Amino acid sequence: MTDALTTAGLALVQLVVLIAIAPGVNGFIKRSKAILQGRHGPPLLQPYFDLFKLLRKDAVVSEHASVVFRWAPAVYAAAFAIAALLLPVLWAPAPLARWGDALVLVGLFALARFALALAGLDTGSAFGGMGSSREVAVAALAEPAILLSLFAVAWRSGGTDLSGMSAWLQTHGATVLAPSQLLAAGALMIAVIAETGRVPADNPDTHLELTMIHEGMLLEYSGRPLGILIWASLLKQTVLFALLIALFFPFGVASSAMEFPLALGAMALKLGALGLVMSLIESSSAKLRILKVPELLGAASALAVLALVAEVVVG
Amino acid sequence: MLPGPLPGLVLTWQVDGLSTFFALVIVSISTVTGVYALGHGRHHGSFPGSGALYVLFVAAMLGVVVAGDAFTFLIAWETMSLVSFALVLTEHRRKEVRRAAWIYIVMTHTATAFIVSAFLLLARVSGSLLFADWTAHASAVDGGIASLVFVLGLVGFGTKAGMIPLHIWLPQAHPVAPAHVSALMSGVMIKLGIYGLVRLSFDWLAPGPAWWGSLILGLGAASAVLGVLYALMEHDLKRLLAYHSVENIGIILMGLGGAILARALGSGAVVALALSAALFHVANHATFKALLFMGAGAVESAAGTRDLERLGGLLRRMPFTALTFLVGSAAISALPPLNGFASEWLTFQSLLHLGRVAEEAQTALLPLLAGGALALTGALAVACFVKAFGVSFLALPRTSQAAAAREVGAFELVAMATLALACVALGLAAVPVVTAIGSLVPAAMLPLDGPALGLVAPSGGRLVLPGIAIALPAFGALALLVPRLLGPVRTRVAETWACGVSLQPVHTYTAMAFAKPIRLMFRDIVRPVRDVGVVHRTGTRFVASVHYRSHIAPIFERYVYQAMTDRLVATARVVRRLQNGSLQTYLAYLFAALLVALVLAR
Repeated sequence: MTDALTTAGLALVQLVVLIAIAPGVNGFIKRSKAILQGRHGPPLLQPYFDLFKLLRKDAVVSEHASVVFRWAPAVYAAAFAIAALLLPVLWAPAPLARWGDALVLVGLFALARFALALAGLDTGSAFGGMGSSREVAVAALAEPAILLSLFAVAWRSGGTDLSGMSAWLQTHGATVLAPSQLLAAGALMIAVIAETGRVPADNPDTHLELTMIHEGMLLEYSGRPLGILIWASLLKQTVLFALLIALFFPFGVASSAMEFPLALGAMALKLGALGLVMSLIESSSAKLRILKVPELLGAASALAVLALVAEVVVG
Repeated sequence: MLPGPLPGLVLTWQVDGLSTFFALVIVSISTVTGVYALGHGRHHGSFPGSGALYVLFVAAMLGVVVAGDAFTFLIAWETMSLVSFALVLTEHRRKEVRRAAWIYIVMTHTATAFIVSAFLLLARVSGSLLFADWTAHASAVDGGIASLVFVLGLVGFGTKAGMIPLHIWLPQAHPVAPAHVSALMSGVMIKLGIYGLVRLSFDWLAPGPAWWGSLILGLGAASAVLGVLYALMEHDLKRLLAYHSVENIGIILMGLGGAILARALGSGAVVALALSAALFHVANHATFKALLFMGAGAVESAAGTRDLERLGGLLRRMPFTALTFLVGSAAISALPPLNGFASEWLTFQSLLHLGRVAEEAQTALLPLLAGGALALTGALAVACFVKAFGVSFLALPRTSQAAAAREVGAFELVAMATLALACVALGLAAVPVVTAIGSLVPAAMLPLDGPALGLVAPSGGRLVLPGIAIALPAFGALALLVPRLLGPVRTRVAETWACGVSLQPVHTYTAMAFAKPIRLMFRDIVRPVRDVGVVHRTGTRFVASVHYRSHIAPIFERYVYQAMTDRLVATARVVRRLQNGSLQTYLAYLFAALLVALVLAR
């Protein structure tokens, strides 16, 4: 019983921390991007101000919207909340490590995408349909890259258990620089860029109707439901970053509750470093035409296949 | 042994774990589709005797899985094929129905020819037609003969299963049959091809070379990816579902091929894992595919069309059908916590562990890369069912028939609700179901995690669907409730933003447009053809009408089957010279034949 309570406590802390820092991570990326581009940029806490404002605002819902539109934000948020608990972010093993592995994480992402893409179609708006259509197409190409790089890591560590994969790397520290590991990290990185809707796959700052993907699906949402969706997609971004970190640089994770402050600091440092890399990529590249995105993601899948070959053949 | 229907004809029956499993699938699904037919058949797809044929169809399928010798098996198999041919012909007054049924009967008989050849070879080696004798003599089959039997059986059973490139009959024949028949054909009948393959490779033949498994694995991956891609290009709801059967047969074949490969590599644990994955997916696909076909039938009878572009907004008009169709869509897209996810999870695990037990690098890489193909398939299936559900049930009705659609009757709703619940139940009860499958099939059981409710792969990966099924609504409720702490907000209903004009049905996204990015991304495979024509008013530059058509090139039909039939017809032309119609020539043939016979019999 105490065991279950401890797990629940750890899960709660990890979930609250991840939800709380998710907007901050985005604020940090926006700010560092602004500095890299010679602008002053919004304050670090701006995403929080925006979200709390949205959460207090009335909503306008389309007359054609059905239950799908109303429930999609809940499914979307819940999928990433569970995903957040499957990863060893603060603690190892992860709070819900006994419930699901890397494949469940991929499944939860698909569930969230399914819900939001349907909501995009629900109001009858062509922008929503366009966003949904592009989202599922881009995700279809990102998924093989994600899975193949997960397989490359799992092949070595023995199984698809995320905490096990992460722990294996911690005990074999030098493997961080193994060729297969670097190739898989590159592949997953590109897939994460596409999944988080960042340049060069999508542009998180645009509201230009004809180019947006993720924003297109959200276009008919307003007020509180929009706030929930935006916060959930920020959580998704943080979870994807945490996945990259857990698989390729898992150091500094707490093994007991005592080490919590240390783990929190390590997590902030790692997320910040990854955020800096993201802002560097976003500042130094241009958004690709939608029909060029397959080439990028095809390259990610190719990298992941190379990672597997390196792993299996070279060992 | 039972006395047969004719003197001198003895039918043998044999029931083991594998038969039991398939018989359970047949009986449970056909019961539900039978209930559906009580309602649906009143308006659609019935003719005098159709009920009797339907029952005979189910009985023949049962006969296939409990047959104990080659003869009984073939009688049941042919009855199944012929009766389903008759049921496909229900609307025989339409030309395309007759064409589809014709392709079906030709393909299925070609397949039977291959199966008969495989059976004759096995009967020759064992000196008996009894399956039990074949099992006993499995290791007596010489390597070359065994491979020949395997390939013949693969072609024969693979055609019935709808494996690419032998699938072309499936998307033609399944959509034109009445919904309850399509549900049975796609959900159950094609699985009997899988039954034959399992029998062949695990019962009748000893473990063979590794390429058997690799071949099925490769064909499975190809069927899965191409099946879902072609499904995405379809706008006819039932054809779309039929292509998804090709996809799911591919997923089952990936598990089966993995099991055969693991057997060749001598890894019993992975055989059990992969075979349970394949058989679990058989049960799961039967459940959600029958559900979706019944839903498509309900849509067709309510809105008068299966064309996605002429539907829309059905959720408000038929909410119960919509809900069950949504559950089926989520299950077939392998979304947690439903059953499709559980069996795909097992398939992924078996592919990964197959890669780990293989010693040679090239043998290890194939299953791992097949995992990538399965991921692509899963993501494309999500895309396809967002399209299928979103375009038909959400947004606005695009035609007046769709706007006038009403909910279907009680029989249909009960049938669909039963299978929707089954999709949830099979996911939540994945552990007992997989354990039961493990104890039915000859291979060893899955290693399970004590009293926990989760599936556990040999080295660590876990899946506890009940946990996820509880956490999802709990977290979802929290996501909606916690913001309420910030105070109440109001929700106002207004028009959808359509750039300043009022939203019309033509503004809503179509199935064709939805699939466009994928059609362009995979254009080298699906080869879209676009045909735009502008007609001007005579003598002016004013446009009178524009027509736009887009379709995809039927690669297999054109380059495989057309080429084959062309060659066949050319050969027939040559052979025809023998038949010149002159009586003297025929007498000469008779004389020559007599001479040859006398010389041989000398």
